[in-house]
Amino acid sequence: MNVRSQIAMVFHLDKCIGCHTCSIACKNIWTDRKGAEYMWWNNVETKPGTGYPTKWEDQKIYKGGWEKKKKGEITLRSSGKYKGLLNIFHNPHMPVMDDYYEPWTYKYLDLIESPQGDDQPTARPVSLVTGKPLDIKSGPNWDDDLSGTPKYARKDPNFEDLSPAEQEAMFQLEKMAMFYLPRICNHCLNPACVAACPSGAIYKRGEDGVVLINQNVCRAWRMCVTACPYKKSYYNWSTGKSEKCILCYPRLEAGFAPACMHSCVGRIRYLGVLLYDADKIKEAVSSAEDELIEKQLDLILDPFDENVIKEAKANGIADSTIFAAQTSPIYKFVKVWHLGLPLHAEYRTVPMLFYVPPLLPVMASLSITDNSKQAEKLDPIAKFWNKNHLYNTNTESIWGTIEQARFPLKYLASLFGAGNEQKIKNVLKKQLAVRIHRRNITVGDIDKNTAEKILLETGLTPKIADEIYYLTSLAKFDDRFNIPPAHREQALEMLEDTGDLKGSTGFGFKAEPKRSL
Amino acid sequence: MAFYNNFFFTVLPYVAIIIFFIGIVYRFRAVKFSYSSLSSQFLETRKLYWGSVPFHWGIIFLFFGHLIAFLVPGYILLWNQQPLRLAILELTAFTFGLMTFIGLINLFYRRLTNARVRKVTNYVDIFLEVILLAQIFLGLWIAVGYRWGSSWFAIVLSPYLKSIFTLNPQIDAVAMLPLVIQLHIILAFIILLIIPFTRLVHLLVFPLSYLWRPYQKVIWNWDRKKIRNPQTSWTLHKPRNN
Ligand code: SF4
Ligand code: SF4
Repeated sequence: MNVRSQIAMVFHLDKCIGCHTCSIACKNIWTDRKGAEYMWWNNVETKPGTGYPTKWEDQKIYKGGWEKKKKGEITLRSSGKYKGLLNIFHNPHMPVMDDYYEPWTYKYLDLIESPQGDDQPTARPVSLVTGKPLDIKSGPNWDDDLSGTPKYARKDPNFEDLSPAEQEAMFQLEKMAMFYLPRICNHCLNPACVAACPSGAIYKRGEDGVVLINQNVCRAWRMCVTACPYKKSYYNWSTGKSEKCILCYPRLEAGFAPACMHSCVGRIRYLGVLLYDADKIKEAVSSAEDELIEKQLDLILDPFDENVIKEAKANGIADSTIFAAQTSPIYKFVKVWHLGLPLHAEYRTVPMLFYVPPLLPVMASLSITDNSKQAEKLDPIAKFWNKNHLYNTNTESIWGTIEQARFPLKYLASLFGAGNEQKIKNVLKKQLAVRIHRRNITVGDIDKNTAEKILLETGLTPKIADEIYYLTSLAKFDDRFNIPPAHREQALEMLEDTGDLKGSTGFGFKAEPKRSL
Repeated sequence: MAFYNNFFFTVLPYVAIIIFFIGIVYRFRAVKFSYSSLSSQFLETRKLYWGSVPFHWGIIFLFFGHLIAFLVPGYILLWNQQPLRLAILELTAFTFGLMTFIGLINLFYRRLTNARVRKVTNYVDIFLEVILLAQIFLGLWIAVGYRWGSSWFAIVLSPYLKSIFTLNPQIDAVAMLPLVIQLHIILAFIILLIIPFTRLVHLLVFPLSYLWRPYQKVIWNWDRKKIRNPQTSWTLHKPRNN
């Protein structure tokens, strides 16, 4: 056993309101620089949708992540030692600026300085790359809230397994549903970006598992951009260096939550320590597709186990970190309650960001009713729902809404279950059971026996259900973010000046991020 | 005349070599950040393919061709004893030369015409591309105009280069060469000289070590086991990742 500690995350998708506050917080701190304007280390996508960069999940285009070979070992899909070095002069699968979007600003001064005329002056958009006027064709959240559905939502790569009829059903106006998917770098245990970097510039920090790119060593070979299946490594076209989410490590070291998490309006984000067994990574990532999630979750160790604690100490993990692992909200969500699932486990990078799949778009099913009587009674000018659909609030068949979900479970399974619907169903049932349990307590129209029977069916007890309820809805700042002390006194890198380096190349060394000759 | 010959074939090579070494070391230590290939594929990818790929593979072949001819001229002469083999060698080399030339023209054209790429272009880039174009053009000219270069390179230029490196410059033979070949030699040293001041430094950091490093890389900022052991004193060491 080789115990290491990792800062891991949970995003509770039922709570995300798609406000993009997280993205803005991140942008303002880290990527408001030349060459990085187009980068959104944190971005929020509407699902179904093609995301950012467009169709990033389609590995037939971008060839990211690992793939399992016939012999059983795994290789990087398009890069790696030989393919990577052969493609170094031109990387055929690399996304280019148009796959993200061309960043722009507006000529605001025109609003003030235009001469008097018959027309209102406008602020024309100009490209932040070329400075020339630009017809905006796409942006970082161009398909927000299902806008441009025929072009975007319908092209979602996760529809591959869905039949045309199933897809069609999702896009009937009355039945349309969506949810938000906030994404940052997953700080994977088997990071494809690290493995693909020919210069060895990308590394995983031993102490907390944050994946970083050393700007001094990066030589713009661009392999990480292709290799990361989540497209969370970005190429700075101005400095000629790749950059990625740093999990706000200067903040983490000071005990603060990362900016995106700190600012999250829906309070959907949780962060804490997990202990894992580094010796088993290889076995876990090369297991069969249907075992992947299980095996990946098996890597996470029980922080209360005496043997684990002993090994952790032997490996130099601080007592405070072990304590943080024991009180970690992530451990609860992922290992104890089995509510958190990795996004696209089939890419085999072992992401350390887990998602609680959304229950709401699944539940909100509709039934057909006859509304004509009701409509006659209304004033003709009044606006009313004249379609004959009604939201299902029926509590008779408890699991019915999940079984006949209007949001196909297959779709969710393609995102969070590596194709396994049962995984999604279990999580959703648990979430529903907690709700029913709380409804029994607060409203009381569901009797106690039914509620408890349902809890039992999902393997929960009223006590656990209350804990889940607490951590989901009432959790305070310190419950959501359990950050172990960084022990700056022991880490030289961390002692270096981190305060006034905004706008420079980063932490650790000071230089202007200027393009060289 | 002797002055010019001395300047171009004795002084220039040494100046170039010295500046090259001091320059790359200084740049690597002082502004390591600036060692980058500065790829512009992100801004434009299709035209890049038709430029970058033929150019790079071509120039790699040509570079090693020249290097081998310099290091083991005897073998080249041995190979060239049969006219057919000589023809094959020359033809291959010429093809690669042409490939490099066409690739570079494509790159140059792309750099000048693509609005986005224009934005990441500076005068040094243009200067460099012009010099390289000239050098490759001269090389092709020599290949056509002064036949069987692979043989006379081994006879004339290998000894000259060797004499430079053994600090005993013998320039009589080079001084007699036609002007085109002389220019080619001079430009070669000029290119060597400007490497530290241009993006060409990226060829010095070609990531061959990738082939033998393990795929995953984990860095600890301090020695974990030592830190926990109160018996050992904590020694100061520079963090390894910066
Ligand atoms: S999400 Fe991508 S960039 Fe982040 S660690 Fe994983 S492979 Fe690397
Ligand atoms: S700030 Fe929170 S709620 Fe808002 S979009 Fe981001 S993750 Fe969702």
